[in-house]
Amino acid sequence: MSTIVLERSEILARTTPRNSLRDTASQTLTLAWRSLTKMRRNPEQFFDVIIQPLLFTAMFTYIFGGAVSGSVANYMPLIIPGILAQTALTACMAMGTQLREDMDKGVFDRFKSLPIARIAPLAGPALADVIRYVIAATLTILVGLAMGYRPGGGFVGVLGGWTLTIVAAWSLAWIFTWLGTIARSAQAVQGISMMIMFPLSFMSNAFVDAKTMPDWLQTFVKFNPVSHVVTAVRDLMNDGKVTADVGWALFGCLVVVAIFAPLSVRSYKRHL
Amino acid sequence: MPTNNLPSNLHSAVHATGLIKNFGEFTAVDAIDLDVRQGEIFGVLGPNGAGKTTMLKMLATLLPIDGGEAEIFGVDVRKEPHRIRQLLGVTGQYASVDENLTANENLWLFARLQGVSSKDARTTASRLLEQFALQEAADKPISQFSGGMRRRLDLAASLITQPPLIFLDEPTTGLDPRTRGQMWDTIRSLVDNGSTILLTTQYLDEADQLADRIAVIDRGAKVAEGTPDQLKTSVGDSTLQLQLADGADQSLASDVVRRVVGEAPVLTPESGRMNVALDNANRAADVLIGLREAGIGITSVSVDKPTLDEVFLALTGHDTGESNDPSTDERELEVAR
Repeated sequence: MSTIVLERSEILARTTPRNSLRDTASQTLTLAWRSLTKMRRNPEQFFDVIIQPLLFTAMFTYIFGGAVSGSVANYMPLIIPGILAQTALTACMAMGTQLREDMDKGVFDRFKSLPIARIAPLAGPALADVIRYVIAATLTILVGLAMGYRPGGGFVGVLGGWTLTIVAAWSLAWIFTWLGTIARSAQAVQGISMMIMFPLSFMSNAFVDAKTMPDWLQTFVKFNPVSHVVTAVRDLMNDGKVTADVGWALFGCLVVVAIFAPLSVRSYKRHL
Repeated sequence: MPTNNLPSNLHSAVHATGLIKNFGEFTAVDAIDLDVRQGEIFGVLGPNGAGKTTMLKMLATLLPIDGGEAEIFGVDVRKEPHRIRQLLGVTGQYASVDENLTANENLWLFARLQGVSSKDARTTASRLLEQFALQEAADKPISQFSGGMRRRLDLAASLITQPPLIFLDEPTTGLDPRTRGQMWDTIRSLVDNGSTILLTTQYLDEADQLADRIAVIDRGAKVAEGTPDQLKTSVGDSTLQLQLADGADQSLASDVVRRVVGEAPVLTPESGRMNVALDNANRAADVLIGLREAGIGITSVSVDKPTLDEVFLALTGHDTGESNDPSTDERELEVAR
């Protein structure tokens, strides 16, 4: 037995009752650094956000252009913002699978035992993931421009649409983060995410004008947050206008985060 | 066992009463009392699935406590989990470090997460790497580490903030004997620096070597507690070890022993071996005479101080079904005194 016995008051004096906001921010940044380092060492994590914008933008434009808008050139203002939203959605979908895989590893046991804010292990990767959304959005716009897309909103409009896409991706990622914390395996997350991603992106105005759809579907399209993001990005990039839809898109993002961030933290805690 | 409200409470690092954990119908931890004094190594000994890890996880705020009370340095584990996490260093059965980072990066990361400045985190990381003889591997990815190196890094990661209490969950499981010995030395040196250690193990010699006091846990319940010596004495002052010439004689021999010393021996049916606990070494002769009279042949005999192995078998092993074996309860009371 040791001869040094610490006084209890001395021991407790070194502790704090809770994490301050500053502690939480610093822990989130540290864990974002961890995720970025991981990405750098496993560059295949960037494949989807590099290949998909190249492939989907060209594919959708040339396949549907003539049928939907009469010509490829006329379809561009419609489809490029649509592809942007879809790419954002698929890019952030990976969050859930990644998190689930990560949570099954030993290092998450340590995160749980450390006196860190419970949201930090979720918010850190979410913050690091922004770099993937940046790549996806930038590449989609560049491919569009290369194919002849000439956005009427000019540089500022495009910048606005680009920013909104990234904000939307970060917000929608919380849905998949939540899935990652509740599902039993990474495969399950993958499966459920697909089920969510496809209706959200296709049952919207991303690829065609919603007016051609049956009434009941139009109702869904109207309330789908992705539709608002698509419309808002079109308004920004094609017309350079900040319309009500920009407001609705941002509001929709806020609602998604307000619901799914606390849900994620709650189920993450329960996973302990 | 009425261990609560003892005066020693004030010097307890861990004080728990009636801890319960249920997983559905299954009770993994069944009303366990625990009192770990400051500055000691307390060993929790039990077979796989006895509930050791579950108990540790409850105390470390990693699992909700279903019943009972637990305090660490007087802080309620349920009410102030954040404070508890600051008082504890936890090293699990499996290394909880990041496979994608180097040893250096791992330690830096965990230090930063606990509010250490970036510069100090670097200093702390290199100090710990040196202390655990990992400097040469500092910048290698963990995937290239051996089991022993991982375990050392894991322990180093638990010591960043020099926590006053350290939980070691089977710290040497899966390590080779040499690495195991090194780990033991490390654990001893932690206590010399003022830490308190709660360790679980399924190795009897490990508990014997390291622990000041031991609690034996079986099927979620505590079956005995005391110093290694007390536990050994509880089985008898010495043990008579017999090798039967014919394994088939075992049940007959067992009856003879029960008649002579009043208690059943511990049997190893595969090898025809039999261990008899004796409160007095002189009783060995009585047993041998009894066996001779019954016509049971013996190939070897020895009288030894009991090992912890025998304590363990006596307390948990030969009692296959009923956990309410009266002899176990008696022993528990004896040791508790």
